[in-house]
Amino acid sequence: MRTREELERISMSLEEYELARSYLGREPNDLELGMIAVMWSEHCGYKHSKKILKLFPTSGENVLQGPGENAGIIRLDEELALAMKMESHNHPSAIEPYQGAATGVGGIVRDILAMGARPVALLDSLRFGTLDNPRTRYLFSGVVSGISGYGNCIGVPTIGGELAFEKPYTENPLVNVTCLGLLKGKPKSGKAEGTGNSLILVGASTGRDGIHGATFASLELTSSSIERRPAVQAGDPFMEKLLIEAVLEALEKSDAIIGVQDMGAAGITSSSVEMANRGGVGVEIEVTKVPQREKGMTPEEIMLSESQERMLLCVERGKEEGLRPIFEKWGLNFAIIGQVIPEKMVRIKENGNIVGEIPVDILTEMVPAYDLETKIPENLNRLQTVDSIPEIEDYGDVLLRLLNSPNCSTSKWVYEQYDHMVETNTVSIGTGASIIRVKGKKFLIGVTTDGEGRYCYLDPYIGGIMIVAESARNLICIGAEPLAITDGLNFGNPEDPEVAWYFVETVKGMSECARKLNIPVVGGNVSFYNESENYTVYPTPIVGMVGKIENLETLCTPQFKDEGDVIYILGEPGNLGGTLFIEELTGEAKGKPEIDLELEVKLQRLLLKAIREKLIKSAQDISRGGLAIALAECSIWGNMGIDISIESEKSPEEVLFGEAQPVVIITTDANRERYVEEYFKEVPIRKVGRVIKDRFKISFNRNSIVDLEISLLKNKWNSGIERWMI
Amino acid sequence: MNFGIVVFPGSNCDRDCYYVIKEILNQPARFIWHQETDLNGIDCVILPGGFSYGDYLRAGAIARFSPVMSEVKEFADRGGLIVGICNGFQILTEAGLLPGALGRNKGLKFICRYVSLRVERNDTPFTTEYRRGDIIRMPIAHNEGNYYIDNPDKIRNQVVLRYYGENPNGAIDDIAGIVNERGNVFGLMPHPERCSEKILGSEDGLKIFKSIVRAL
Repeated sequence: MRTREELERISMSLEEYELARSYLGREPNDLELGMIAVMWSEHCGYKHSKKILKLFPTSGENVLQGPGENAGIIRLDEELALAMKMESHNHPSAIEPYQGAATGVGGIVRDILAMGARPVALLDSLRFGTLDNPRTRYLFSGVVSGISGYGNCIGVPTIGGELAFEKPYTENPLVNVTCLGLLKGKPKSGKAEGTGNSLILVGASTGRDGIHGATFASLELTSSSIERRPAVQAGDPFMEKLLIEAVLEALEKSDAIIGVQDMGAAGITSSSVEMANRGGVGVEIEVTKVPQREKGMTPEEIMLSESQERMLLCVERGKEEGLRPIFEKWGLNFAIIGQVIPEKMVRIKENGNIVGEIPVDILTEMVPAYDLETKIPENLNRLQTVDSIPEIEDYGDVLLRLLNSPNCSTSKWVYEQYDHMVETNTVSIGTGASIIRVKGKKFLIGVTTDGEGRYCYLDPYIGGIMIVAESARNLICIGAEPLAITDGLNFGNPEDPEVAWYFVETVKGMSECARKLNIPVVGGNVSFYNESENYTVYPTPIVGMVGKIENLETLCTPQFKDEGDVIYILGEPGNLGGTLFIEELTGEAKGKPEIDLELEVKLQRLLLKAIREKLIKSAQDISRGGLAIALAECSIWGNMGIDISIESEKSPEEVLFGEAQPVVIITTDANRERYVEEYFKEVPIRKVGRVIKDRFKISFNRNSIVDLEISLLKNKWNSGIERWMI
Repeated sequence: MNFGIVVFPGSNCDRDCYYVIKEILNQPARFIWHQETDLNGIDCVILPGGFSYGDYLRAGAIARFSPVMSEVKEFADRGGLIVGICNGFQILTEAGLLPGALGRNKGLKFICRYVSLRVERNDTPFTTEYRRGDIIRMPIAHNEGNYYIDNPDKIRNQVVLRYYGENPNGAIDDIAGIVNERGNVFGLMPHPERCSEKILGSEDGLKIFKSIVRAL
């Protein structure tokens, strides 16, 4: 029997321990218990989310690989496919921001590599507390340096992402990294197959770093979490770069590789178990064969180490030596550490003696799956009610204030620290969805990540819909047809019924929208326990979405182009519920966010068609900050002004700063007016004014309410983050 | 014109250079693994950007000991054309093929963005396609681009590119690219291979590769 303290150390409950013991039919030894604990951790076992995640639509005509592998894969054309995956590294980043974020990049890149794909792009979704807090600035700058230090070195461009600063993230920053990869031919699988075939560990040596990182990630953060800093791994991007090149070279030159698997959380344990499970086989591992960088490591330490930059290959017996020279050329370990066995068992040996033996099923299919106990938060009604809207004296001032908020302003301070151009495929970043080309192909790939915890906090179901809809709309606005979603779900403690309710409702909303827009979810990540003594993060789903642009000619950009172009608004702007405006001015997220999903479907379909027919000159959807911010961005990016006039029964603040979706700003040549109006007659469309030079002028019900120099907008937009960081 | 692109462990702009030479300029090119010592048939050696040896110890400090580098030195002595881009420039200074050194950027941060440059010399084999005084735009992407030399006057005539308007990294005399005295070894921090196609936003860099092709 184990004591509660012993079990607490490995984050296992007494009930789970009893269950494991009954499955095994005997008392597990320390090694076995350690392996069960990590595989049963939330991080590896998804025990609180498994059932709910089944709600996501995961199939589609272009899906070559849905959830369940290292990454999802979608078909781009007859020859090429795209691997995509998002992963979080929240807990490590909260206590060791540089290494936490860096190893987050490393892990997701290896997931893509495991599919046999060359990583071609990274995107980062980041959440922090507000920048007036010095610790936030430390975490923010550490995370950005970590991503920069790692991503730049491995030569994968970081081409996008998104960023928000809000109080609930003060002690629990969120770091969600998305990676895309390109592959030709059949995707690889992370499976082991064929009795007697070899398991080969390639890459770095194994040390004592990151032991029980996966169980650590399945706990709330407390003031003593800092003591768990050794549970954070240290990254070596140079090693990762060598690993990328060596694995790709090996896959290209040899057909002896049956399976490829990233070695991430829970190290050799999870990678070997997952490979065995996918192949329906067992594995035997001799721990003394594992290259070690420290002396005297125990089998438990070797099996649980989360040392980075390692991968596990399953290779046909007898063909191992053909691969060895490739890995040696790149200066990497190439160690045959075990083999495939027919019985579905994970058997660990030390110098030939069995030191642990667990049926694969106990570590995979039999991981407990809990029904979530949910409860509607008591304060929800209060949250959804906006009691007082601050009185506005000068709308121009409010616009400038929002533009200068780190939540709206340019993230140049961040992305200029990332090499976003290496690989020479980057066509556009920094304005809406990012675009990369594929060498030798006519089509382009658009990619975006979006998330708005505030919406989900106020209405998780609606918020879930909005996040997916907005992501798709961002792609549509550049002329890309959305193809697939990868998601990152960041929540607090799922054992708290209110958190569980948020989780379930959010996933329901996301699923509903993904179904309506017909975009499959091909993989993702769940991160729970993002809470600490003082804060629980907003329920924060992040959506990573990719789309395909037919060719360079049908690419659309958001910036205003030419003087005299006519500006239209599609959709109905309004509703201050859940807006940045309310949060900035009252210090509290309040109200009920709003989306018309039926209109969304119609609008997206029409808009994409119009862009492909080259009917419009620019398109930009409104999101954080509302119509006024979106107009300002189009002006700043195009270095042009506007002269618009809006008639409405709503208040100016609702129209200017409301975030109801969907609303899209488009422009067109003056001589196409009638045609455009006819084209969009199925959706609300109104002509509001024209593109002019230099000035930003808005009148509302015939009163001028904003009249500003473009250069002033630019200054504010440019300095929102920099004023805190330099 | 045969190009040889040296691949060090950690190089990451090797394939980008290859693409421009091969696909945009239709010139023959091959990769040269850092342990090779055969530069036969090569007319121009490119040391590409990246993080050779992870930039550990100091950018370029380890790569200069790679077996290929002694051949590269002899190649330079024979008058062969050599271009070092970004990390390649750092390696060339570490190897003593170009004077000076590249230190940490003044802001202590990695910088990736377009900068303006002034072409100071168009009489080198690398810049004949430009006019002297041309202001061009090229991206930089580095952590250590702060060029330093004790006596900048000594190399005044070797400066090929200068930052124009804003100096992003603190480089002395705004130096962005230099040649050796003989004029056959060129090191520059900006990345011409990243701006050699319209779809990437600029073709200003292509003229460097075109100049080299013209030189032979």
